[in-house]
Amino acid sequence: MNEEIKTLTISIYTENNIGLLNRISAIFQRRHINIESLTTSQSEIEGVNRFVIVVNMAEAQAKKIVGQLEKQVEVIRAYYHKDEETIYTESCMFKVRSALLFEEPQIQNIIKDSNARIVTVNKEFFVLEKSGKRNEIESLYRDLNVFGIMQFVRAGRIAVTKDEMKVTEMLQAFNNHNN
Amino acid sequence: MNTQTANKKQEVAEETMRITGSEAIIRCLLAEGVDILYGYPGGAIMPVYDELYKFRDQIHHVLTRHEQGAAHAAQGYARISGRVGVAIATSGPGATNLITGIADAQIDSTPMVCITGQVFSHLLGTDAFQETDIIGISTPVTKWNHQITKAADIPEVLAKAFYIAKSGRPGPVLIDITKDAQVSELDFKYEKCTGVRSYIPIPKTKPESLSAAAELINSAKKPFIIWGQGVILGQAENELKAVMEKAGIPSAWTILGASAIPTSHNLNVGMVGMHGNYAPNMLTNECDVLIAIGMRFDDRVTGSLNTYAKQAKIIHFDIDPAEIDKNVKTDVAVLGDSKDSLARLLPLLNENKHADWLQKFKDLYAIEFDKVIKGDISPVKEGLTMGEVLKQINIETKGDAAIVSDVGQHQMIACRYAEFTTTKSNITSGGLGTMGFALPAAIGAKMAAPEREVVAIIGDGGYQMNIQELGTIFQQKAAVKIVVLNNEFLGMVRQWQQLFFDKRYASTEMTNPDFVTIAKGYHIAGKRVTKREELADAVKEMIASKESYFLEVCVEKEGNVFPMIPTGASVSEVRLS
Ligand SMILES: Cc1ncc(C[n+]2csc(CCOP(=O)(O)OP(=O)(O)O)c2C)c(N)n1
Ligand SMILES: [Mg+2]
Repeated sequence: MNEEIKTLTISIYTENNIGLLNRISAIFQRRHINIESLTTSQSEIEGVNRFVIVVNMAEAQAKKIVGQLEKQVEVIRAYYHKDEETIYTESCMFKVRSALLFEEPQIQNIIKDSNARIVTVNKEFFVLEKSGKRNEIESLYRDLNVFGIMQFVRAGRIAVTKDEMKVTEMLQAFNNHNN
Repeated sequence: MNTQTANKKQEVAEETMRITGSEAIIRCLLAEGVDILYGYPGGAIMPVYDELYKFRDQIHHVLTRHEQGAAHAAQGYARISGRVGVAIATSGPGATNLITGIADAQIDSTPMVCITGQVFSHLLGTDAFQETDIIGISTPVTKWNHQITKAADIPEVLAKAFYIAKSGRPGPVLIDITKDAQVSELDFKYEKCTGVRSYIPIPKTKPESLSAAAELINSAKKPFIIWGQGVILGQAENELKAVMEKAGIPSAWTILGASAIPTSHNLNVGMVGMHGNYAPNMLTNECDVLIAIGMRFDDRVTGSLNTYAKQAKIIHFDIDPAEIDKNVKTDVAVLGDSKDSLARLLPLLNENKHADWLQKFKDLYAIEFDKVIKGDISPVKEGLTMGEVLKQINIETKGDAAIVSDVGQHQMIACRYAEFTTTKSNITSGGLGTMGFALPAAIGAKMAAPEREVVAIIGDGGYQMNIQELGTIFQQKAAVKIVVLNNEFLGMVRQWQQLFFDKRYASTEMTNPDFVTIAKGYHIAGKRVTKREELADAVKEMIASKESYFLEVCVEKEGNVFPMIPTGASVSEVRLS
């Protein structure tokens, strides 16, 4: 019953407060849940932050985690979604020696085929930025690694959901009730 | 700085006034109706203490002898009164000393506001003298916490602190206030907090959940209620009683639910859990509908979850949605405030008796009485038992006392045998199991309810964990009755060593001091009882005393608490010996 381990995206709408990251990460840490990635940013609502956390877990456990998250005073709403319920992407950057562009011409094809974007080029190095699904990033990594990568960094998943979050309505309801 | 205002009668500030942050803190406390707070001064909180001095005729600060004592006293105050307990301490060690009490309040849902001083804001993060990241440290054990670095934020944040501490499922809130915020000025105006937009204290109760619950209960042949502290926190005692009586449901309690319904009630079938009563534990695995009300299926209540009430449909009433399905999968969840949900459930229920089913509880009680209780409370063997002390206390207090117990064998005995007539009368550290809780908690309880008899039941081990609070009792003239059940052992641990570690008594035997002399040193009258013949009179003398009184009872050294469900066993695998 809901015990199959899946990749789940947990979205948390919160007040914009220092300290909240601590409170949220403690909920995972206490239960030995490995966070695959975590990003936080402003959301579509002014003054409201959104955390996007990727975890591998069973849905039954995700339900409990969402309950614990929503219990925090400054968490407005929390949700979990399966991959098919979200549109998600990751992005990464590669720093590569510029000389390779001339020494290894196939690199230019790799860049073109991968839909990566050149952010900057100078005499010593160039920087590529790529966003997409994890496997696309990994494949670009493998292709470039043959020639040598000076630096690589990948950001956590960001995701929007297919269905509505209704956070604005919730905040609106609070305002109406308290006026 | 406007010091004249300090001596004037306080009114909830309608008008804005220019005052210091520390004066604002006191005015916030007064506006929240705080009459007593517990604490300990130090550098980073001195401006607030200076204001406490000026306002001393309006708010009573109790100097405990340790900040842990202050936190537990605030808990005792809150537990007996239902009001928010307040504790205050300085930065660094003062703040960290509060943590055990805060963790205890968090797991036992006790409304408490802790105020800690903090170093100047420009020193934050520099490892300044007595700087500690108390926000970081307290985050996992608070319902909410916040650091104030600007005086102007004080009224709003403190209003929010009190609101969060007491609303919904209550809990501890810690507010850390830098020294510069205490000494600088603000335009003060106090408005009580009535809501926080990201926080829903009481979830809406779905009418269909109530009708589904009623349907299950009405069709049940063997319904069984287990209630917890949610009934007390929700002030739903009368509503629970009405439900029990109308539907004729045998009802048991968790340790923190004790006293919500009088012990003598015909449908009150005792305590569940590791050292709970035989019948409710055994019959948990026989009932057809289990109605959990304001309890959280703690592992000490359920034993092995794989064998817990598998035959039953489960109805769970709770205010905290995170408790639903956390440990036990429910069939019907009724979210909401217990008082409201039970009141709305009542008219949906059919009148019923379930006499045969209730009789099963009585039959199992008879077995427990014969095998365990009789020997505990009316022993014929040599050596005093903890149970007979409780029986004497029941006789002398007629069940009207508030019993504040510490942690260990004496706690289980106190909770098993204390008779209660009044709600909010069983004050004990349930979830955290904090030794050292009882003595300071009893002080807080007595000061919050001076008209009530408050009897602390403590082991010789736990007594020595906060024994310094005898100083507070003496200074405050708090008429707490202290009973130390001295078995010269960390008895509960010794019991486990006997049962599960082949009697290897590793570091559980204690050579104790002369406790009566120590009490005398604090000018607290006391007596040591070593013989059965002396017990009744000594308890009588203690209860008759108008002042604090210390009673040490030297009980048998190696007595055990039964019934017992060994860790990880099923609730129906109760050991009676
Ligand atoms: C602060 C703390 N430390 C350790 C424990 C573990 N512990 C639980 S019961 C107990 C023994 C208590 O001994 P005592 O106070 O003499 O009570 P008794 O069991 O003998 O009645 C201990 C050490 C605890 N609950 N709390
Ligand atoms: Mg002992």
